[in-house]
Amino acid sequence: MIEFLHMGGYAPYIWTSYGIALLLMAGLLVQSVRQARAATRESEALKALRPRRRRQRQGSDDE
Amino acid sequence: MHRFANPTRFLKLADAVLPWAAVTAAVTLGTGLVWGLGFAPPDYQQGDTVRIMFIHVPAAMMAMGVYVGMAIASATALIWRHMVADLIAKASAPVGAVFCFICLLTGSLWGKPMWGTWWVWDARLTSVLILFFIYLGYMALWQAFEDQAKAARAAAILALVGAVNIPIIKFSVEWWNTLHQPASLITMKGPTIHSSMLWPLLLMIIGFAAYYLTVLVYRVRAEIHLRRSRQIRLEAADRHAAMQAAE
Repeated sequence: MIEFLHMGGYAPYIWTSYGIALLLMAGLLVQSVRQARAATRESEALKALRPRRRRQRQGSDDE
Repeated sequence: MHRFANPTRFLKLADAVLPWAAVTAAVTLGTGLVWGLGFAPPDYQQGDTVRIMFIHVPAAMMAMGVYVGMAIASATALIWRHMVADLIAKASAPVGAVFCFICLLTGSLWGKPMWGTWWVWDARLTSVLILFFIYLGYMALWQAFEDQAKAARAAAILALVGAVNIPIIKFSVEWWNTLHQPASLITMKGPTIHSSMLWPLLLMIIGFAAYYLTVLVYRVRAEIHLRRSRQIRLEAADRHAAMQAAE
């Protein structure tokens, strides 16, 4: 185990590489999921607030 | 392709793809990590530092691959006025930028013990650094315009112009003298890596690609909903203005 962590003497280089890559990719994933949820909630809330007559053309309401 | 220019239909497709992409990413990255760190042999020249390859190479390939996808999506948006393509390009940029940053950073951490330096201004390293700046510039350009249609257009043109850099990165190790080793995966003669390292590397590449797809689905979904919200607010503002004018 110690030998594994030691990485033939290159531990700082190897573990920093893996650590930062993991941190960045996990961070980006979490931020993307949160942003998608927040944006979905907001647009659905706004849609519900829209006056009734404007919602007639539903189904093709994507711009 | 035009079928998926409708955001609602696109979101349905994205939802169908998401579980597959997410599971593939989790399984391949998990296996690849254990294999690459624990079971792949150390290199006869580079020792254990060769394990950095299992992140560095997939990150580099995806930094370029995501950019190519971004350029294609941008062209599609410009030529066919495809309603989702520009959002795919926009959603891709931060992922590509993260891959590019990881590539530069792990390259540096690999260069120090093997070349004796963190950085050299040679063609390969410099052209990848330029790719990173193009990603940042592309994202900044989207923020620079109030009008989203104008922003999409300007950003798409930048993405297309910046695509010149991609073949330069790929062939830089052949055209110029460099410390960086030449390609060993995508060559005319096929991969020149031993299978004990090739398999975990391939797993990691698939994992990075599936990770990109997973994150992309979330980011495009966010962009589509953000655009809808903006649209509804604009309509409301128009109505408000019309009512005030009528009074």
